Amino acid sequence: MTTQSLSEVCRQVRRDIINMTANAGSGHPGGSLSAVELMVGTFYTQMRVNPKNPQDPARDRFVLSKGHAAPCYYGVLAEMGFFSREEFQNFRQLHSILQGHPDAKKVPGVDASTGSLGQGVSIANGMALAAKHLGLDTKVFCLCGDGECQEGQIWEAFMAAAHYHLDNLTVMIDWNGLQIDGTNDEVMSLGDLPAKLRAFGFDVVELPDGNDLSQVLSALEIPALPGRPKCILAHTVKGKGVSYMENQVGWHGKAPNEEQRQQALKELEG
Amino acid sequence: MSEKIATREAYGNALAELGQVNDKVVVLDADLAGATKTGIFKKAFPHRFFDMGIAEADLVATAAGMSTMGLIPFASTFAMFGAGRAYEQVRNSVAYPKFNVKLCMSHAGVSVGEDGGSHQCIEDLALMRVIPGMTVIVPADASETRKAVFALAEMQGPAYLRLARLASPVFEEDYPFEIGKANVLREGTDVVLFACGLMVSESLAAAELLRGNGVSAAVVNVHTLKPIDAECVTRYAKQCGAVVTVEEHSVIGGLGDAVADVLMGNVACKFRKIGVQDRFGQSGKAADVLREYGLTADQIAAETLASLKG
Repeated sequence: MTTQSLSEVCRQVRRDIINMTANAGSGHPGGSLSAVELMVGTFYTQMRVNPKNPQDPARDRFVLSKGHAAPCYYGVLAEMGFFSREEFQNFRQLHSILQGHPDAKKVPGVDASTGSLGQGVSIANGMALAAKHLGLDTKVFCLCGDGECQEGQIWEAFMAAAHYHLDNLTVMIDWNGLQIDGTNDEVMSLGDLPAKLRAFGFDVVELPDGNDLSQVLSALEIPALPGRPKCILAHTVKGKGVSYMENQVGWHGKAPNEEQRQQALKELEG
Repeated sequence: MSEKIATREAYGNALAELGQVNDKVVVLDADLAGATKTGIFKKAFPHRFFDMGIAEADLVATAAGMSTMGLIPFASTFAMFGAGRAYEQVRNSVAYPKFNVKLCMSHAGVSVGEDGGSHQCIEDLALMRVIPGMTVIVPADASETRKAVFALAEMQGPAYLRLARLASPVFEEDYPFEIGKANVLREGTDVVLFACGLMVSESLAAAELLRGNGVSAAVVNVHTLKPIDAECVTRYAKQCGAVVTVEEHSVIGGLGDAVADVLMGNVACKFRKIGVQDRFGQSGKAADVLREYGLTADQIAAETLASLKG
């Protein structure tokens, strides 16, 4: 797929995020919009998956540690053909496969139930460790938020990833700088995150613009250093692509109303 | 009942045996392999053993991830940390997606002894029972522990196995074990003692003391708290008309409540819960601590007599 057509996928996923959250009247558009390029780039250019056989034992694995970015995840999975786009209208509704946060029991293509922050890297480590143990060439990708790096378990998991030399693991951090109550620095400073990750044993690739698809694709192509887990630390914009949401703390967990939906969709026209 | 062996010791031995016949089994621990006895498995299968360090949250969620790859992870640490500290990881990373992880936690109850109240987990059964879909097993002796470990490897889904530090008597080797099926160890007509774990042998001894007082006490080993054997519990409650539950756990949320849930609105009978009465444990020799908390055979017999008079 060309970069241009992947850009179109990103635009479509952004429209899906707006429509899903607007229809549901709730959800998390800000951190979904910031993660679009990271997730589209990973699924379309890196992962060996078969939407017609979601349980294919040879598949690569993806864990959305920041499970609240479910609208982005659902958008990408539907776009790839794991389930019908018609499911979008049921997002956050009773009996839907599309729960507010991803449920591995319900959604084709989802391998871990997430949403409670800080647990995804450990789960991804378990997958990567098992793959090595079984002699499989499975690659494992895990997308984290920046705020969730305040959870202690994340650092337990980072330690373990290095200890077990998980060079089949790529952790991505969607570093948009905002969380529910304010900026990372206002709530709990993350400090020198790249240096911390390096000190924990990661091969760190820092992206000045994680919403620039070409930067994301290049970073994903960098091969892992033997014996070391890789981390793509991507500076992103929360609410990316919708002018009134960009860099606004208030759009972490709030759905657009009808007027706002129309404006967002207009801005996201091809 | 001559030999004494701790259920944690039997667990380690069973794992090593299981490892020989099931290559999907892997074991994780959090720097307590010597105490939980997973070290026995580690020695036999060093490449199938994963130490996660002193990081129980990570231990549990890593096991969750491994299970998605088709492995059968047995994750162990002390009950306080595995069921307590990592509770939310058990709930959300393991049980919510129904992953095939076996959580086998040792040093449960006050019989931990000297380490004291900080390490004597008396809440784990309540915490695990309340999670939808979680199987909860408390083996009574070494023989039953071995059978439980093999049964866990065969069943699909999350399960909690409660293990003790203290060496305890071994019953007959050949009595049956089936998850969810209580074992009647002694018939009786006046009162039934429903017990689990170390309290099974104490309850058997208590029943013998009660016989001396002219009371015929049945003893039922309820090794599976969830799913509980409702049919057996109901039948013996009706047959005896008086129920006593005995557990080395808080009287809140454990075996006593599991039995009460079955009987409430169903069987009219006398009912008494013996266990830790809503207080923390403390340091001491295991036998002394068990006595302090009313969990010895003579105390169980006395409490049973009191409940029948009440």
